[in-house]
Amino acid sequence: MGALLFGLPLVGLLWRAPWSAAADVLASRPAQDALRLSLVTSLAATGIALALGIPLAWVQARVDYPGKRLVRALTTLPMVLPPVVGGVALLLALGRRGIVGAQLDRVGVHLPFTTAGAVVAEAFVAMPFLVVTLEAAFASTDRRFEDAARSLGAGRLTTFRRVTLPLVAPSLVAGTVLCWARALGEFGATITFAGNLQGRTQTLPLFVYLKLEGSSPDAAVVLSLVLLAISVVVLFGLRDRWLAVR
Amino acid sequence: MTLTADIRVDLVGFSLDVALAVEAGRTMAVVGPNGAGKSILLRALAGLRALSAGRIVLDGTVVDEPDARTYLAPEKRSVGIVFQDNLLFPHLDALDNVAFGLRCRGRGRTESRRLAAGWLERVGLAGREGARAAELSGGQAQRVALARALAVSPTMLLLDEPLAALDATTRNDVRRDLRRHLATFPGVRLLVTHDPVDAAVLADDVVVLDRGRIIQRGTPAEITARPRSRWVAELVGTNLFNGTATGGVVALVGGGTLVVADTQRTGPVFAVVPPRSVALHRQRPEGSPRNTWPGRVLAVEPVGDRLRVRVDATPPVVAEVTAGAVSEIGVHVAMEVWLAVKATEIDVYPA
Repeated sequence: MGALLFGLPLVGLLWRAPWSAAADVLASRPAQDALRLSLVTSLAATGIALALGIPLAWVQARVDYPGKRLVRALTTLPMVLPPVVGGVALLLALGRRGIVGAQLDRVGVHLPFTTAGAVVAEAFVAMPFLVVTLEAAFASTDRRFEDAARSLGAGRLTTFRRVTLPLVAPSLVAGTVLCWARALGEFGATITFAGNLQGRTQTLPLFVYLKLEGSSPDAAVVLSLVLLAISVVVLFGLRDRWLAVR
Repeated sequence: MTLTADIRVDLVGFSLDVALAVEAGRTMAVVGPNGAGKSILLRALAGLRALSAGRIVLDGTVVDEPDARTYLAPEKRSVGIVFQDNLLFPHLDALDNVAFGLRCRGRGRTESRRLAAGWLERVGLAGREGARAAELSGGQAQRVALARALAVSPTMLLLDEPLAALDATTRNDVRRDLRRHLATFPGVRLLVTHDPVDAAVLADDVVVLDRGRIIQRGTPAEITARPRSRWVAELVGTNLFNGTATGGVVALVGGGTLVVADTQRTGPVFAVVPPRSVALHRQRPEGSPRNTWPGRVLAVEPVGDRLRVRVDATPPVVAEVTAGAVSEIGVHVAMEVWLAVKATEIDVYPA
């Protein structure tokens, strides 16, 4: 029964797939815009998550400091927070009248309802997947490998780059892919914080929703299949590295 | 090139306070039970743990002295470490493991690999350059680890239980190779081990560490002949007693007395009764032995072609007898026996 709950929607999606119209839909300008935008924003969000998430995960796993639990709670919050709420919160913080947003506005940086805003929204929601995966990996690495590297003449940074990171590489890959997949599928926070502007903030999930509600449900189904295909590829690619060890 | 170390490390509920000096070309073994502080000592020397007080001078350079606010990071010290479980980097092959240190110390990729290949050949692993740690046997991995530590030509080589993780046969092979490589390594050698055979075969000097303090120093032969701790005595398989000597009689701390040949010595002493000097009898023996006392057999275990018989008595002893002697009197567990030791067999030295 439980499996049916997951299986039936897939069957429904495939059943209703308007294969003949697929080419037309994929060739349409708005669909291509959405596809391109989704790739750009999700990859950018993943890049931000890597740049910020790797140091954060390392500190959380290796450094004891007061307030560590609070930081951990904060960084995992987006995983359980309804994305719409995340979007609202981002808007209140980074919007034109937000605490930080007002300052940013003054120096000419506008995040809400821009592509950059969409990236921020996606990073906000997706980064915890990377941080949580990587933190566990950092925590479980035998630190004496790092001792060995240090004794061989490697400084802290070299040790991190040439020993620590390679040791957590499987988790890094898994976390990155999970993070990217989550960013790609982001809907709630994006539409709330960045809006729904074609070519600028209208990512694939937003486009799918819009089409389903409006003119062409077929287009929605076709693009849903595109997202499904990506998910399947991700799952397949991670099956050895991530799913098997669980 | 010498090491002079005055090491003080304070931890919660434990402190290490040790002074030692090792000259280049000599191997010092640090032996002691688990929790004696051997690992902390090694980590302090390597710079993986800062001193609380004291001073470490390696090859004329102060590498750690809290009072002078001097502390050199591990990568700045010329120290090679061979770890018990080799700690080869799992993501690199044997060649790149050995080349790692050379690369870190500024050599080019090609040169590092060429030198690393030479080191692998020296430890007998030519042809295994491409093997990952997981593909190497325990003995091979430990040889690669040795090559990796030696490749950077350190001033001091630290060996942390280098043979403990190996099976008995491999251990003998690697121990033999290690002895050969240590002999050609010109720097300071420090070996942490709990195996007296390692210390005897590999070390020139031994310090015995217990609860953070050095309780004995000497050559391996001195340490095994005249142990000053129950732990060492048990490791080398001898009977060690603590007592007070007066006119050729030692009153033992745990009860019982021993008559010894040395009538001059007085005061607190250690007395060593070699297991082979203990004779077992069914009845109270007559004649020359000056020490006889009754006891009960606790355990009988074979050691080579002899048998070690553990006897509960006052004092308790381990006797090592030939299989012939055992069958002659029919020794078995729970049997009542008489123990006999000649006074001349007992070595007495100041505690």
